Amino acid sequence: MSWLTSYVKPKLERAFSQKETPDNLWHKCQGCGELIYMKDYLAALRVCGNCNHHGRMGPKERFDALFDGSTYETLECPKVVEDPLKFRDQKRYTDRLRDARSKTGDADAGHVAVGRLGGIETVAFVENFFFMGGSMGLAVGEAFVAAADAAIARRAPLVAFVAAGGARMQEGILSLMQLPRTTVAVERMKDAGLPYIVVLTDPTTGGVTASFAMLGDVHLAEPGALIGFAGPRVIKETIRETLPDGFQRAEYLKDHGMVDKVVARGEMRATLSRLIALMTHDGAAQADLARTRAAEAETAAAAGPADETPAAEDEPRKARKAKAEKPRKTERADKTERSDRADKTDRADQAGQGDRPAAQKAGAARPAEAEPGRSDGAGDRDDPPISRAAE
Amino acid sequence: MSILDFEKPIAALENKIRELREIAGGANEVDLDEEIGRLEAKHERLLVETYSKLSPWQKTMVARHPGRPHFSDIAATLFTEFEPLAGDRRYGEDLAIQGGPARFDGRPVMIMGHEKGKDTDSRVKHNFGMARPEGYRKAVRLMEMAERFDMPVLTFVDTSGAYPGIGAEERGQAEAIARATEACLNLHVPMIATIVGEGGSGGAMALAAANTVMMYEHAIYSVISPEGCASILWRTGEKAQDAASALKITAQDLEKLKVIDAIVPEPVGGAHRDPDTALDTLGERLRASLGQLSEQPRDALRPARWDKFLAMGRLDQQ
Ligand SMILES: [Zn+2]
Repeated sequence: MSWLTSYVKPKLERAFSQKETPDNLWHKCQGCGELIYMKDYLAALRVCGNCNHHGRMGPKERFDALFDGSTYETLECPKVVEDPLKFRDQKRYTDRLRDARSKTGDADAGHVAVGRLGGIETVAFVENFFFMGGSMGLAVGEAFVAAADAAIARRAPLVAFVAAGGARMQEGILSLMQLPRTTVAVERMKDAGLPYIVVLTDPTTGGVTASFAMLGDVHLAEPGALIGFAGPRVIKETIRETLPDGFQRAEYLKDHGMVDKVVARGEMRATLSRLIALMTHDGAAQADLARTRAAEAETAAAAGPADETPAAEDEPRKARKAKAEKPRKTERADKTERSDRADKTDRADQAGQGDRPAAQKAGAARPAEAEPGRSDGAGDRDDPPISRAAE
Repeated sequence: MSILDFEKPIAALENKIRELREIAGGANEVDLDEEIGRLEAKHERLLVETYSKLSPWQKTMVARHPGRPHFSDIAATLFTEFEPLAGDRRYGEDLAIQGGPARFDGRPVMIMGHEKGKDTDSRVKHNFGMARPEGYRKAVRLMEMAERFDMPVLTFVDTSGAYPGIGAEERGQAEAIARATEACLNLHVPMIATIVGEGGSGGAMALAAANTVMMYEHAIYSVISPEGCASILWRTGEKAQDAASALKITAQDLEKLKVIDAIVPEPVGGAHRDPDTALDTLGERLRASLGQLSEQPRDALRPARWDKFLAMGRLDQQ
């Protein structure tokens, strides 16, 4: 168990309630209607073994499936003004928020976590569709900005899992303002020379699409995901024509040049870690940062009073609370060791096989990782789905 | 001129005054000056009263009034030597967004904006101001040119939104809008956006991530149309009036929320009643704002724009 897990576990239990895990014994596939043993379904990362339908996934499952050894630290998202317009339709916005919170156990739809992906420290942002349709208001926008800031502070790549039915209308113009706000965050990533990868999941429509979701260095998409600016219903009403087959689906977007690759969920982790290793030169910038910090720490130690370097036991708490506006110069020096390029791969493998929960080991065959030379397109939708044999 | 519902009493008075004038100007030896003067005073009072307390829904109607200044009027009146440029160099030309270099007080600038069109033919030609990806990509191209040739960028927003069509989606409407927003944010030259009539969602935002965002007094700017919002949240378009109020779409509300920087006053009775005066005022405000931005060091404008948007709605900004 790494140093991270020792304090991450209790935090996780608070960050995600049990509500993400369904109580039902069976799951009825929304794609083909087949009944699937829930345990198998979850082990297969909510992908139907029969029809390859990719079910919607909450942030905890997403992070678990993403990071090495399912080990990561969730970052507290910045607090924002609640109900800035005092909005009320048939229901008060504050009541809708309360319902969504009690349903999900979360404050809002944006989630940020830091962990390792193929050994390289990576920041992930997840939009939770189960919280008011993943709609983007101040909280989601601010969470994305915080995610980019955290990535920049760590010289880490950023992966954004997008899922949104549209704008948080109840926040009116302030939800629209998240378009430029999140775009600024992406520009900061670019200025910092850090990779930003978007994973488009079902559904991604509306304002989110017209901002950070379409500005990635690489756009991956899950099979069958609905992706578009205007919703299909709006288009149909406007043009009064039937829409083409597969319109606004991930595969359609790939055909039209908006998505680089449609990646089955079981291969997402391997695909992302391969891309990230390539784009970061195997985490070179992080290694540099770690060396600089180690050198700084040494200088500080040589300079005398230890009060400038916080006690090691304070670090986890501090890291957890990090909103990461600026690179923190007093990071623990032992990160040097963890970022070291040479032993990175070994560690990743250990993490992957040692710490990975049974469910994922069973569900995710991770074929691409087993065959690094696999050709492009292997992850596309016609790929055989993940094995259903959980046990 | 098309008459809005709530303007009917005003229009009735106008008709009456016109009739009386005709009678007075005719052969009859009746002196109607007094009566006309009385009605004119009443008309003026009614106009001031009505327009000082327009509801958000009434403002929506005013903001969409076809007689308001359009991009073509702005380009012709406030600028000289406007040279409209065409095409995104990738797919096509989109007349819903027009733009090109021009002079403002003799100074070369880049102007661009949505054009809704004025009559049936031109509305169709301009697709009612609803741009496709090509329009936004042309805007990006013009912004990049402005950056290279050190021209301030002045945009004029008037759209119900980006066009929701099959082709627009296939050619990456969302990406085009995101890239245009990005291009605005990355400019090192001064950028001023004015919401002239309707500022509809992402299609408007794409041209409005500016150092200074101004709004005409009766313009609206919103994440979704009141009708669209009503049909989703109230499940009936008939609640559009309620949605218009709840969404806070007026210039006055948006100034309070610090989303816009300034309101451009309109003549009494709205810009459609006196477009020339409305345009004069806009010209003055642009002049003042551009003067201020031009004084700032060139390297400061991009970070200032970023900070401005990042600060919006943050807790410590309240
Ligand atoms: Zn199925």
